[in-house]
Amino acid sequence: MFDTGAVPVAAPVPVPDLAALRLLGDRVRPLAGAGERTLAVPPPLADLLPHRGLQRGSTVATTGTVASTLALALAGPTTRAGSWAAVVGLHRLGLVAAAELGVDLERVLLVAEPAPDAWPATVAALLDAVDVVLVRPARPVGVSVQRRLTARARDRGSVLLQVGGHLGAWAQAPDLVVAGTTATWVGLGQGHGRLRGRQVEVAVSGRRGADRPRRALLWLPGPDGGLAPVEEPARTSPHPHPSPRLASHPDRSGSPVLREVG
Amino acid sequence: MSAVEATRTLVLHCPHWSVVAAGVAHEPAIVVRANRVVAASAAARAAGISVGLRRRESQRRCPHVLVVDHDPGRDARAFEPVASSLDAVAPRVEVTRPGTLAIATRGPSRYFGGDRAVAERTAQMAVGAAGGGVEVCVGVADGAFAALLAAHRVHHRVEAAHPAGTGSGAGAQEPVLVVPPGATPSFLAPHPVDVLLDVLDEPDLVDVWRRLGLRTLGRVAELPAADVLARFGTPGATAHRLASGLDPRPLDARRPAPELAVSLELDPPADRVDRAAFAAKALADRLHARLGADGLACTHVLVEAETEHGETLARHWRHEGALGAGALADRVRWQLDGWLTGSAGLRPTAGIAHLTLVPVEVVAARGRQLGFWGGETLVDERILRAVARVQGTAGLDAVAVPELRGGRGPADRVVRVSAATVDLTSPRPAARPTSVAEPWPGQIPAPAPATVLEDPEPVDVVDAGGRPVGVTGRAEVTAAPARLARAGRAPEAITGWAGPWPADEHWWDPTRHRRRARFQVLDASGTAHLLAVEAGRWWLEATYD
Repeated sequence: MFDTGAVPVAAPVPVPDLAALRLLGDRVRPLAGAGERTLAVPPPLADLLPHRGLQRGSTVATTGTVASTLALALAGPTTRAGSWAAVVGLHRLGLVAAAELGVDLERVLLVAEPAPDAWPATVAALLDAVDVVLVRPARPVGVSVQRRLTARARDRGSVLLQVGGHLGAWAQAPDLVVAGTTATWVGLGQGHGRLRGRQVEVAVSGRRGADRPRRALLWLPGPDGGLAPVEEPARTSPHPHPSPRLASHPDRSGSPVLREVG
Repeated sequence: MSAVEATRTLVLHCPHWSVVAAGVAHEPAIVVRANRVVAASAAARAAGISVGLRRRESQRRCPHVLVVDHDPGRDARAFEPVASSLDAVAPRVEVTRPGTLAIATRGPSRYFGGDRAVAERTAQMAVGAAGGGVEVCVGVADGAFAALLAAHRVHHRVEAAHPAGTGSGAGAQEPVLVVPPGATPSFLAPHPVDVLLDVLDEPDLVDVWRRLGLRTLGRVAELPAADVLARFGTPGATAHRLASGLDPRPLDARRPAPELAVSLELDPPADRVDRAAFAAKALADRLHARLGADGLACTHVLVEAETEHGETLARHWRHEGALGAGALADRVRWQLDGWLTGSAGLRPTAGIAHLTLVPVEVVAARGRQLGFWGGETLVDERILRAVARVQGTAGLDAVAVPELRGGRGPADRVVRVSAATVDLTSPRPAARPTSVAEPWPGQIPAPAPATVLEDPEPVDVVDAGGRPVGVTGRAEVTAAPARLARAGRAPEAITGWAGPWPADEHWWDPTRHRRRARFQVLDASGTAHLLAVEAGRWWLEATYD
């Protein structure tokens, strides 16, 4: 019925000038749009997160065998940028490790584990004031309490970060789950060397733009102490001692080498 | 235009008050805050320890020194009897900080017959109230700043006369220095500019002056006041007035309208310090907010309390700079603490039912400019409110902040300091990794474990033959560890290990001496642990998770 070939082109459709549109978009966009309101995380982790950071007002959980390290690494840049973080309970969290992972301890509040009935009010008060609240609920959190806390976090633009523990504590699953699974340590031998670096398989899943799980192999921390993606060759051939130099020349400064004598 | 004469002031200063307040003045002891010595007892000073020294260096110079953590509340509590004993000498005793108080001498001097008579009497009464052996220095001069320096000079004189630091030293001479009226500028002139830091929190300004060659107060005072104001602003002008022996109060210091006072009914009356402290915090916040709305800041506050039985208690607190909400609340809390936990003669017979804060002297607030994007100041106020709320429900010590210090094990290297005792709005260098510089032989190298057990968990470590692994006196393992058994779990094979890192700690103190050796161990699941062996027992100290 329609002969497309015969339809005369009445007026040429103007080709949209994408660059100009993008510029215009930038101009009219609010200074802090909802999508932009994220807390910075270390670059290798940012590549895995849906908005390249922790979205303000969201709930995040770290799980797996490196959950504590991951949570500290995620919170680090936020405290470096001048925001505060609060740790509720979690009296076993290694704060020296926190400092090494980039957390500015000058902006960390350590709150003693509140009584069970005071837990929601304490977390809510902290969500009001600081940007990241690290928790590990000792008992299940009811639907109404969770809704109140997430509403508070959304309202104030803070992030509720669960450190390890099991996810079933919450009535609703968190927006984002960062799981740090298999870990390979390098640098440790049989009676010599020392822990130097660790390769961690990080998998990110969740709702709100993170439905498709993303995973990557990261150094957490690397032999130089920093966070970095693992280069591919190391991934294809996992060797018990990726750095043979370390194994053959054990760290003499750190620990005496034990040898059979006589 | 600025010829406002400073009022004749007596300052009573107890050097190293924190040591006296801690009750350890008669033994080698130091009081530390953020790893630095804030006060040292006479015996500790004789051993070469001075204020500002690092804790570890102090322990090196004097290994048996007793280390006490700083607690401003304790200092204030202990100082209250001294302050109240002087109520008989002067109608208005103003506490500047725990250990230091000021009295305007005009009235008392007429009554007792001269400044020296008042000063001697004050010193006697303070020694009586504080107990024997406490060093008390009294200075009288035009203005509180010069009087404080005079008191410091008395202290140096006593120290020089008794270099061994034995006893009170007050026997030889009266611990009093009176600067004659009008002689204050010449008394101040030879002092280095650094003494300004005792009363002004302007280290940058003093540093600039020192580098400009203005090394003494006299050189600063020679400059024209208008030029100093033009070049260095209000802080410079205030410092210049101090150096010239003038009243440091800006000319607009004034008595505020009485309705600015805030009060609070406590029902039921507060007889416990934590309840009173919470009320004090709320009241101080209210006063600060009310003054702030008028663009004012408080430099001198009167804390008044009335008990159920109608007793009234009142104390003046004064500060050279303006008192912020936190500083105001601290002073009220210290004061209530001093009253409620004081000696029986001092303590009110009933709980506090009515609390009033009267701003006695206010200045124009320097107008903190909030950052356009909600700068840090705004955030800090929010933090302080949240901290107060949590403290209100869970107790003052429920909120802590971390500080780093030297140590070998991961648990030794960090300490939790109650947020009630630190100023969260100012930088805290003790929380920076750079604050711990000394090498710690036997320290476990980075990375640090992310989970540190405060009570190490007992575990069993056996070799391939199932025999327990031990460590010899020469820090050698008896056999390679092969299996790690934790309570309630199946034993795990050890796939990698390193160590021992020996730690011989507190060897100088038989009660605290510990010999440990630490190991890093990797189990079959790929999780690394930090183990310690002590006297043949193995402990799991931390996990790298």
